[in-house]
Amino acid sequence: MSSMQQVLTAGPPVSGKGRRQPSRRHLRGADFRWAIAFVTPYAAVFFVFVVYPFSYALWMARKLSLYADLIFDPLYLRAVVNTVLFVGIGVNVKMFLALLLSGFFLRPRWWIKVLLAVYVLPWVIAAAQACVSFHWMLQQEGLVNGVLSAMFGIDGPTWFNDRLLALGSNIVVYIWKWMPFWTLIFLVARIKIPQDIYDAAEIDGATGARRFVHVTFPLLANLYLLCSLLSTLWAVGDFTTVYLVSGGGPAHLTDVLATLGFHYAFDIAAPALGVAAVMSALPVLIPIVILLMRRLQTGEAEL
Amino acid sequence: MSATLAPLEPARRRHRLRRALTETGSVLLAVVILIWSLAPVYNMFLIALDPEEGEIEFDGNLWPPEPSLEGFREVITQEARYLETFWHQFGNSFFIGLLTMVLTVLIGSLASFAVSRMRLSKGSLLTNAALLTYAIPASFLIVPYFRIMHSYGLSDNPWAVIATQVTFATPFAILLLQLYASLIPFELDDAARVDGASAGQVYLRIYLPLMTPALAIVAIYALLLAWNDYLFAAVLLAVRNMTVAVTQGQLFSDTDAPWNAMMAAAIIYVLPPIALLFALRRYVVTGLTMAAVTE
Repeated sequence: MSSMQQVLTAGPPVSGKGRRQPSRRHLRGADFRWAIAFVTPYAAVFFVFVVYPFSYALWMARKLSLYADLIFDPLYLRAVVNTVLFVGIGVNVKMFLALLLSGFFLRPRWWIKVLLAVYVLPWVIAAAQACVSFHWMLQQEGLVNGVLSAMFGIDGPTWFNDRLLALGSNIVVYIWKWMPFWTLIFLVARIKIPQDIYDAAEIDGATGARRFVHVTFPLLANLYLLCSLLSTLWAVGDFTTVYLVSGGGPAHLTDVLATLGFHYAFDIAAPALGVAAVMSALPVLIPIVILLMRRLQTGEAEL
Repeated sequence: MSATLAPLEPARRRHRLRRALTETGSVLLAVVILIWSLAPVYNMFLIALDPEEGEIEFDGNLWPPEPSLEGFREVITQEARYLETFWHQFGNSFFIGLLTMVLTVLIGSLASFAVSRMRLSKGSLLTNAALLTYAIPASFLIVPYFRIMHSYGLSDNPWAVIATQVTFATPFAILLLQLYASLIPFELDDAARVDGASAGQVYLRIYLPLMTPALAIVAIYALLLAWNDYLFAAVLLAVRNMTVAVTQGQLFSDTDAPWNAMMAAAIIYVLPPIALLFALRRYVVTGLTMAAVTE
């Protein structure tokens, strides 16, 4: 197995390790001072803008009665369910489609390169502006309903008056915005798979869907898992999509934890409750991070 | 001869049929991808080009009945309501985006250089700290940030937003740069050290030039993060220092706002990152192929 494949499958990089650490020694003198000077800016940022705010948040949300308040608040319970739906459906559908589409973008056609440039546009377009555009597109008299009535003669629904339609709209916008980024990641990983693996698979009769299931997916499985975990962490914190597409409406029925925390803190002036609401996600987030760390340490897994 | 060709015939026809089917499938998929990617962009232009949009209801038009660039003119001359200080806001967005980009590249590359090239013992602690940052989504810390920035004397200061954006862009930068650094042979560093170069010189003369494609990707990532930000600018900045994203967002459901001008402003706002990506495309392509041909 070449080191390249090990990068993909995150096995122990045997040959890489031999090259990387010819002499493992402690740094001394000038070198040590250089290294400390190089690390200091990031360490400062980490302590001042991560450790301190995080401790501050824990301190704000320290009272247990806050969590009792949350559990008896139907808004909170619904936000938990919405967050699970938003992240669970959004991340998985997005990742799976990104994986499939990355294969499509590998096809050697000039027009596919042009298409790829158009396809990454959502990633480059600012989130707030895109969300506002979607918000207007899905109004009663917006573009979507206009197309529905012009092409199919259907009277489109009032998208943001129905909880499931509004939640679905948020998820679709989330997928629209973030799928291109992950498609690019998978595209790079797929380019790395050596052609001879495919040639060998073809001799064994694996083509099309079978090739995807038995060759491509196993090779990309580790990367896929890592990306899904990282994407889950980012999706749980997605404030803009929900806040600017459905606005959490109708009547806070589609709020997720991030927007509900904001609502508590800034609309009804209960900052401690707002912080407690978001901090309650930590028991789920921290194991994900630990899993991510351990996966990354087992090899130079590609991000 | 004809005897050997005959059994091949149906197989070849099936092959040709399958190829035609895949070709048609690709074209159909391409059309779906185009519509999917461009629908919201089309919607922006639809609203921006309709001079009536500001005053009347959205009325289900599929294209503007009387297209006009009035919206764009009002934005550029700052005549539109709510957009009287558009260029000032644009400047703020630009300042925040640019500094986030520069600081992320600088802080991220320094830290990643020390960990991956100088064999700093306990260097993995730093990588783990970077990952740990993602255990708490940025938006979850908005209340503490709001208070802390006040106590740091940074309320209503663009630097508060820059600090938060750098905080959440750097971890990804460190992870990505470390990955790319592992592709550069150590012999280069060692040779320079034998010639008497200090660590700082190795960073400047060897690390930075060789890492350009990865640095370009980090720069784009950081700029996009700052350019995408709505929450931090909305909470940490007052009206005077608002960014373009905030104005668009805060009025997002206000039917009385002049939406043709609003959407024109949105279109102008989304252009710089596209231009940057286009300008750096050579490095991005190199970066992606560099990752692809890893051996």
